[in-house]
Amino acid sequence: MPLDNAESSTRKYKVVGTRPNRPDGVDKVTGRARFGADAVAPGQLVGLILRSPHAHAKIKSIDASKALKLAGVKAVVTKDDLPDKTDGDAGLYDVLVNVMAREKALYQGHAVAAVAATSAAIAKAALKLINVDYEILPHVTDVDEAMKPNAPLLYPKMITDGVDPKPKKPSNIVRRYEFGHGDVEAGFRQADIVIERSFKTEATHQGYIEPHACLANVGPDGQGELWVCTQGHFMVRDTCARLLGMDFSKLRVTASEIGGGFGGKTTVFIEPVALALSRKANRPVKVVMSREEVFKATGPTSSSSIDVKIGATKDGRIVAGDATLRYQGGAFAGSPVEFGAMTAFAQYDLDNVRAIGFDVVCNRPKQAAYRAPGAPMANFAVESVIEELAHKVGMEPIDFRIKNAAREGTHSSYGPIYGPIGLLPTLQKAREHPHFKAPLGKNQGRGMACGFWFNFGGQSCVSMNIGVDGTVSVTVGSPDIGGSRASMGLMTAEELGIPYEKVRTVIADTGTLGYNDVTDGSRTTFATGMACILAARDAIKKLCARAAQIWGIPEDAVTWENGHAKPAGANAGNHPPMSLKEIAAQAPSTGGPIAGHHEYSADGAGVSFATHICDSEVDPETGFTKILRYTVLQDAGKAVHPSYVEGQFQGGAVQGIGWALNEEYIYGKDGRLQNAGFLDYRIPVCSDLPMIDTVILEIPNPGHPYGVRGVGETSIVPPLAAVANSVSAAVGVRMTETPISPPKLLAALEKQSAMKKAAE
Amino acid sequence: MSSVHVSTTINGDPTDYVCDADETLLDVLRNRLGLTGAKEGCSTGDCGACSVTIDGRLTCSCLVLGAEVDGAKIGTIEGMANGEKLHPLQKKFIEHAALQCGICTPGFLIAAKSLLDHNPKPTETEVRFALAGNLCRCTGYDKIVRAVMDTAAELRRA
Amino acid sequence: MRYERPTTLQAASQLLAKEKGSAYVLAGGTDLLVRLRTGLIEPDLIVDIKRIASTRTVAKTATGFKIGAAVTGAELGENAALKKAWPGVVEAANLIGSKQVQGRATMTGNLCNASPAADSVPALVAAGAKVVIAGPKGKRTILVEQVPVSPGKTSLKKGEIIEAILLPKRPPRSGDAYLRFIPRTEMDIAVVGVGVSLTLDAKGLVKDARVSLGAVAPTVLLVPEAAKAIIGTKLDAKAMDALAAAASAACRPIDDKRGTKDYRIKVAGVLAKRAAKIALDRAGGKV
Repeated sequence: MPLDNAESSTRKYKVVGTRPNRPDGVDKVTGRARFGADAVAPGQLVGLILRSPHAHAKIKSIDASKALKLAGVKAVVTKDDLPDKTDGDAGLYDVLVNVMAREKALYQGHAVAAVAATSAAIAKAALKLINVDYEILPHVTDVDEAMKPNAPLLYPKMITDGVDPKPKKPSNIVRRYEFGHGDVEAGFRQADIVIERSFKTEATHQGYIEPHACLANVGPDGQGELWVCTQGHFMVRDTCARLLGMDFSKLRVTASEIGGGFGGKTTVFIEPVALALSRKANRPVKVVMSREEVFKATGPTSSSSIDVKIGATKDGRIVAGDATLRYQGGAFAGSPVEFGAMTAFAQYDLDNVRAIGFDVVCNRPKQAAYRAPGAPMANFAVESVIEELAHKVGMEPIDFRIKNAAREGTHSSYGPIYGPIGLLPTLQKAREHPHFKAPLGKNQGRGMACGFWFNFGGQSCVSMNIGVDGTVSVTVGSPDIGGSRASMGLMTAEELGIPYEKVRTVIADTGTLGYNDVTDGSRTTFATGMACILAARDAIKKLCARAAQIWGIPEDAVTWENGHAKPAGANAGNHPPMSLKEIAAQAPSTGGPIAGHHEYSADGAGVSFATHICDSEVDPETGFTKILRYTVLQDAGKAVHPSYVEGQFQGGAVQGIGWALNEEYIYGKDGRLQNAGFLDYRIPVCSDLPMIDTVILEIPNPGHPYGVRGVGETSIVPPLAAVANSVSAAVGVRMTETPISPPKLLAALEKQSAMKKAAE
Repeated sequence: MSSVHVSTTINGDPTDYVCDADETLLDVLRNRLGLTGAKEGCSTGDCGACSVTIDGRLTCSCLVLGAEVDGAKIGTIEGMANGEKLHPLQKKFIEHAALQCGICTPGFLIAAKSLLDHNPKPTETEVRFALAGNLCRCTGYDKIVRAVMDTAAELRRA
Repeated sequence: MRYERPTTLQAASQLLAKEKGSAYVLAGGTDLLVRLRTGLIEPDLIVDIKRIASTRTVAKTATGFKIGAAVTGAELGENAALKKAWPGVVEAANLIGSKQVQGRATMTGNLCNASPAADSVPALVAAGAKVVIAGPKGKRTILVEQVPVSPGKTSLKKGEIIEAILLPKRPPRSGDAYLRFIPRTEMDIAVVGVGVSLTLDAKGLVKDARVSLGAVAPTVLLVPEAAKAIIGTKLDAKAMDALAAAASAACRPIDDKRGTKDYRIKVAGVLAKRAAKIALDRAGGKV
């Protein structure tokens, strides 16, 4: 992949960087767009899932005989209908168990059986008739409790990986990770000031407004179709096919429009069950989750418990940073603690740094990715301590960060050496921003934080077909979760030199294109976008070849400029340029349809840094926090469609604000979730927020022809600390737990007030 | 379960249907009438994705029985445009990039139209409180509010 | 499940009285449908009262206001006379849920749902509101605070249905206010709710007062001690502190997913002071 710095920084773009209307806009504002629950098939059945009411229980038997006798019930499915075909793939086996419990129910809400019936009422009645014999086991839902020596064990044989010597006794600790370099003990000895703090964050949910939904249709010949809202329909196809023992090519998955994902739809929950029901009933089966099921039985992110210790010299140089992170990933291995450990100190240039992570299981639903998985919690802890340390050293927090910021050439805390990165520019821009100097009143405070997220490359496949009328159809395999269709169109139009309106981007089903990795990891504009650019360049080669053929000159005598094939020089002949449209019109007689392709695994993804500034006001008599002003400054490399880049900045920031102030999973002593709905799982509402100001910086990523960096995830990383730091500045209490809900904040204020009185 | 025969008007069209007594209006719209623009986000009236108007009143259709609207006039997202002519709110939402995934968009448009029909000159705060019953997880609401205020200004100029 | 839509109060009452299974009244439906969808209730009969004309109107009478049981929050908010006389009651009703919920929800439904945290109830109690109940044996009138008995239960007997809420006539130099604490700015159930209604004498001292608390006990509380704390005063700092202390002392709250005991006790006092101040301003008084 050509790494062309010069190209991206000096190029003048015609359409990239503009703000045209997105191609799917009209469908979405008129209600025409079809989401997961909007499809219907003739003869379709309603599928419902029976879920464990217990946080931890042995499943001794399941008797569905009464349910099967109910008129209108066409199939009942249990683990017996999903035999283990995972062939030693531990990760896939976990998916299988999560999708349908086997020997044990591992969390309240764990699927234990499913029914397909001719109506919702009959399916509901059938669920009630399924008799499950549970033997209730002791449960644990808190990460620190789960790590204690006498905690109830989810897996009696689990021995912690990554620890030497290997532990003799089993525990709920799956694995230990360690990242870093240098010698933190030596580093701390050099420090004049050391701050050590412990933090806890409660689990949060991605909170997409669209519950999971799918429509499965498997025929007696074993061929199947699946309509599903997902971030990765190729992943769905491969996973479901493996679990059901189907050839991949026999299962055709179509991605519907998706009503939000944020990582929560990068795996499967109901899809294998819907397919199994359809296969057994020999009819289409539609499964739509309720909101309660979404909270109880999809993939929230981890709750965490984090210790951070940072030391600095009195002139403000950080000499050591050490963090221990404990994350629970629900009842299965794979919490994002590894990413947490990798990103915790990623924004600093440190000689001595260490981050240790523990992946822990407990009786909660299996976690799934949530926008920069693992990073927001780690950032909350580190950036809170950084702010405190800055004050102790006597420096402005922003100057302290500038002094220690990672830059090109820094040995990152997670290993690689950074190439050109945008952290310092965001910090410097923040310092000059009017928000930074705006006056503050009583009980108001300003906080800031810096954050980071990697971007992933991954597999993308693009097919670009040029119609005889000169319009272009771009076929991609990346579901559009944030407006990427517009960006694909812009990049294609830019390369081909034709108007944006002449390009239409379509997301194809799995039968139509090669494998595409999930739309996650902030990868789509980068990897699928780059594939569009390369497919366009492939198409251009072919267009030039056709022009050469028409002109009777060698292929290498033709170049492409401004949407036209031109002779490369005077020697090539006096041929007037031919437009794409003109060449396309002659395609049938010059060799047939003209298309460009690109399929690859993308390399060269950049990283995206951000600085956030938050002003808040606290009501000291109630602990209510109001966000007054919020600014996001983030490096996008190259903003292909600035409105949608801003949208990512704003959306992620608001999710982070919700996480900081009010969102949490609330468990009772019985291990059951108490707030499985939008009433008591409190995401920000419109009146909670001010405008979210955005500044896009562009420090090009050398790994992309336009310099693109993926931006979707970084913006959720700094808000937890930015909000906590602003609250601290407003009323002088340091909140070390999220959410910073009013009862907690008021209690902290009263404690502080009592301590002050005692001191007087 | 008893059935109820309902005669109503939806987006100006006389519409008859038979529904179960316990079916919501949202169920009827989506499953019986093919009007899938209203979405089910929560079924408890907390997200606004199912917003419609009943006799001009903004409502969550998940909180209304299909049986209750006999004789009423229902307005859904499918009736917001005038043939191929989009309502100014719809145009402004697209222009301002006030949608990302789009699932909440029909609900917001119905709610925003209801606001502007009653209050042609809302302040930013009034817009925010009027739309508090519509949840969006993608946009952080910023561009939605801008689109509504811009539409209000344009409608006042017209 | 059956759905009936009677056109008279008598017919509604008879349907409810005759029903052998479980029967529920449907006005706005914003609580009822949630309970129906989540499977908390499985009604045999739903009686929709919205065709009964007397339940749909707000009437100004010689003795005050008569607010029909099916009048929505949105309609209350559009009634200028009611807003002028009882701004606290109207603002409380308008805090229930979102604009969408406001388009359907009723104060009577809010009252009969008997949630300890209902928003309109403390304001109604502070206002001295009553309810007119129609039943098989005729009509009777009781105070609003006599309706909820425990969370989810009312004192209404089988076959009884509330026809209207009565608000007394507003004496001169009076004001009322309702405040609640919620963790966001909208869309939450009240963690604490306070309704204050007061009347001033010619000198600007509080002559009469009623202070009511919500979400701090199994049912709404009327707190005479809190009223006593401000009667005869101009709501000076000492009176305010006494008011807050009395309000806090009356609380019998629980710890739950919305707030802790201590938090509710503390904030009840804070909101009592703030609500009293607003009521005083509306009454034309000065601190």
